Amino acid sequence: MNMIAPQRLRLVVIGNGMAGMRTVEEILARTPHRFHITVFGAEPHPNYNRIMLSPLLAKEKTFEDIVINGHDWYEQNGIELIAGERVVDVDRDARVVHGERGTARPYDMLLLATGSDPVIIPVPGKDLPGVITFRDVADVHAMLDAAGRGGRAVVIGGGLLGLEAANGLALNGMHVTVLHLMPTLMERQLDPTAGAMLAADLERRGMTVLCEANTKALHGTEHVTAVELADGTLLPADLVVMAVGIRPNAKLGRTIGLICNRGVLVDDQMRTSDPAIFAVGECVEHNGLTYGLVAPLWDMAKVCGDAMSGVAETAYLPSVTGTKLKVTGIDMYSAGDFTADDTTEEVVFRDPARGIYRRLVMRDDRLIGAVLYGDAKDGGWYFGLLRDGKQLGDLRDSLIFGQDVALAAAGVDPNAAVAAMDDAAEVCGCNGVCKGAVLGAIKDRGLTTLAEVRAHTKASASCGSCTGLVEGLLGLALGEGYQAPVGEPAMCKCTPMGHDAVRAEILAQELTSIPEVMQTLGWGTEDGCHHCRPALNYYLLCAWPGQYVDSAQSRFVNERMHANIQKDGTYSVVPRMWGGLTTSGELRAIADVVDKFGIPTVKVTGGQRIDLLGVKREDLPAVWKDLNAAGMVSGHAYGKALRTVKTCVGSEWCRFGTQDSTGMGVALERMTWGSWFPAKVKLAVSGCPRNCAESSIKDFGIIAVDSGWELSVGGNGGIHLRGTEPLAKVETADEVKEYCGAFLQLYREDARYLERTAHWVERRGIAWVRERAVANPAVRRALHERFLFAQGFAQEDPWAERVADKTASEPYRTLVPAV
Amino acid sequence: MPMDGLGSVAAWAEIGRLDDIPRQGARVVATMRGDVAVFRTADDSVFALDDRCPHKQGKLSQGIVHGHSVTCPLHNWVIGLKDGAAQAPDQGCVHRIPARLMDGRVQLDLS
Repeated sequence: MNMIAPQRLRLVVIGNGMAGMRTVEEILARTPHRFHITVFGAEPHPNYNRIMLSPLLAKEKTFEDIVINGHDWYEQNGIELIAGERVVDVDRDARVVHGERGTARPYDMLLLATGSDPVIIPVPGKDLPGVITFRDVADVHAMLDAAGRGGRAVVIGGGLLGLEAANGLALNGMHVTVLHLMPTLMERQLDPTAGAMLAADLERRGMTVLCEANTKALHGTEHVTAVELADGTLLPADLVVMAVGIRPNAKLGRTIGLICNRGVLVDDQMRTSDPAIFAVGECVEHNGLTYGLVAPLWDMAKVCGDAMSGVAETAYLPSVTGTKLKVTGIDMYSAGDFTADDTTEEVVFRDPARGIYRRLVMRDDRLIGAVLYGDAKDGGWYFGLLRDGKQLGDLRDSLIFGQDVALAAAGVDPNAAVAAMDDAAEVCGCNGVCKGAVLGAIKDRGLTTLAEVRAHTKASASCGSCTGLVEGLLGLALGEGYQAPVGEPAMCKCTPMGHDAVRAEILAQELTSIPEVMQTLGWGTEDGCHHCRPALNYYLLCAWPGQYVDSAQSRFVNERMHANIQKDGTYSVVPRMWGGLTTSGELRAIADVVDKFGIPTVKVTGGQRIDLLGVKREDLPAVWKDLNAAGMVSGHAYGKALRTVKTCVGSEWCRFGTQDSTGMGVALERMTWGSWFPAKVKLAVSGCPRNCAESSIKDFGIIAVDSGWELSVGGNGGIHLRGTEPLAKVETADEVKEYCGAFLQLYREDARYLERTAHWVERRGIAWVRERAVANPAVRRALHERFLFAQGFAQEDPWAERVADKTASEPYRTLVPAV
Repeated sequence: MPMDGLGSVAAWAEIGRLDDIPRQGARVVATMRGDVAVFRTADDSVFALDDRCPHKQGKLSQGIVHGHSVTCPLHNWVIGLKDGAAQAPDQGCVHRIPARLMDGRVQLDLS
């Protein structure tokens, strides 16, 4: 018998999502000791940022990246997390919550944050395996699994969620078709013009977009196989994603007898019909409205936090929200109401060549709607004007040209607007960060750059549309001390100079060592950091071939060790196989090495060679020695270096082959191996336009035709698939080599460290590259000669050097303490 | 007899010469507590940490050494060599082993 009343009230939260945990954070901020808190979550994870599921699917983020509160947060705040157990009942009389596995927790106050469910359209076949929604981490895993098997995906729904799913699946290699019921994609956010631009951009990325497509049925017996449209069209499908919308998940609320309509009804304090039970987020209905975007959740959490902790009685007021599509490379923003009528005026800006479109809708000298496509960096600023209902006045005339132009034209100090914002005003909608929090972090932690503010506060770290505002706050807080990035961003925290500027100074002042560069150019740190040191090492190596002494300690582990570190700390070893050719002798030697050193995994790589995985650090020199003895050298599979030259069998064997592509590949690899670059470089030679060596996704791709060789550059098969762009067409093998050497040398001399050719060609433009690399024969030859000159020093097998030299192999050995 | 701050007896064991460790680099030492990374910074100070990043157990011995910090080769966490603490915004700490230099010889307290 327990006669002592508990000192703390018991708060049980049902739902471990963004709204629920944000409310808990608000409560803890107000009254850290009022409650013993228990959280039930149906998903077996800590609290994560659901709006970042799209970057998770696109593999731009990892799950760890999108966790908001990790397990340690629950521990530190004394919160009991029951993850992976769904709540099935609440006994409101006894005030006890019951989980599906029998867990029971009594409460004094209860918070419902059960979120929303995806809408499943009621068509035949909707329950077939292979038909999924896009709502949680499990859905992302299901999509990635399906994408791993390849094939065709059909995404039903051309709204925010559907398009982000479609983009993610396409990036993961699936053939994607988007079906949208309405004539315009994202018709709630975009007008028809912007919608059409979006459709064109998506099609350019390889997706098929079908508007006014009405799904009639899903076909299949064991698994979905096709989607049938109302007009009879049959689309083959290995995966169907339904992303047509969400509806409040009010099931539990209904079961336990709370008053519900579409969602759980709440008053202005987020209280349900039971005064001991509050509700927030997408499960609620407030004044007839339900919610599906993140920004209103933050407001609800504040109001609910006030009420539950009993510190204030505030009221929830719905506010306008802006939306941004999280598809990397597609820049759009929309907010407010942009349906024009007699009372509105609109201003439209179009720049088709740059793919930019803006439409602003105004009423009574106030901005009420904005659609931006192609360049959305002013989205946050327009949104501020719109939300605050600010009188436009002098801003009106040049409003369409964006913040910088409009403020300058109206004679407004850009800092004034930021300064006038209330401390509680929200800066970052994605992460719910207010102005006061950003300023506090800048002051308390001495932050001076955008990157630091992002790291510490998460403001501007998700969709980036508030970047301008955050920079404004940095300017406000630091005054003259804030150097807004102009042109090229700073290399790292050690220097305000950009890569191009540093490189130019190395040449102009003939700087020949890393310490000299740092001293002369005024580095802010003693000996740099992991960003600048490898870059400087490369720039010096490229600038002074044969003279500069490589700084092993400034290279990343893989280049220092001449092997690829794996996640368990072992290494992988890849010997070079010229043009993908090997011999029985080489294979035998590899087999012997595998047996002798107990190498656990042997894998054939995409670059037509053999990867030995799981080699111990201490064994590396001995492994190399045996491989060297069989005539093999380092494949540089670990470096910002020439990796492979992939070839097809060509005219020697293939009945379609027009030229000896294998021989050309071997010759090019002999010419280019051992060279260092800003990033890895891959070549390929195909013997005919069937392109079996996949030349069109390589840094330098060659396709043989009857009359010669077609050369193209800047391809990439990574996260962002990019086809090569044509460089030139040449007739002889010598020309192929000269053009290749010239292109590679220009890339070596001009690109920024870690910039792949794909990004470099995109930044410079293919016309610039052609003009500078190959158009002028004298320039081309000079570049090629500089490449060959550098190669004279670079073509030493790093493995053989370390095998022969005892001091060079010493770092691989483990030391033992003398006893 | 040398005592450390906790009152237990220090056990200094020699692991090699300073020159065995590359400047701005590290070596791995096999000990009873597992692999230990011994660092030598640009100013010839020596530090020793467990060779496991608090994040994903990356081998700190293989990272780039700059100032009195090392960057983990797996995910670029920056760890302070003096205290083993991860640089903000990352959070975590790796165990530090007392290290000292005696006549050009590197010694670790493996007590």
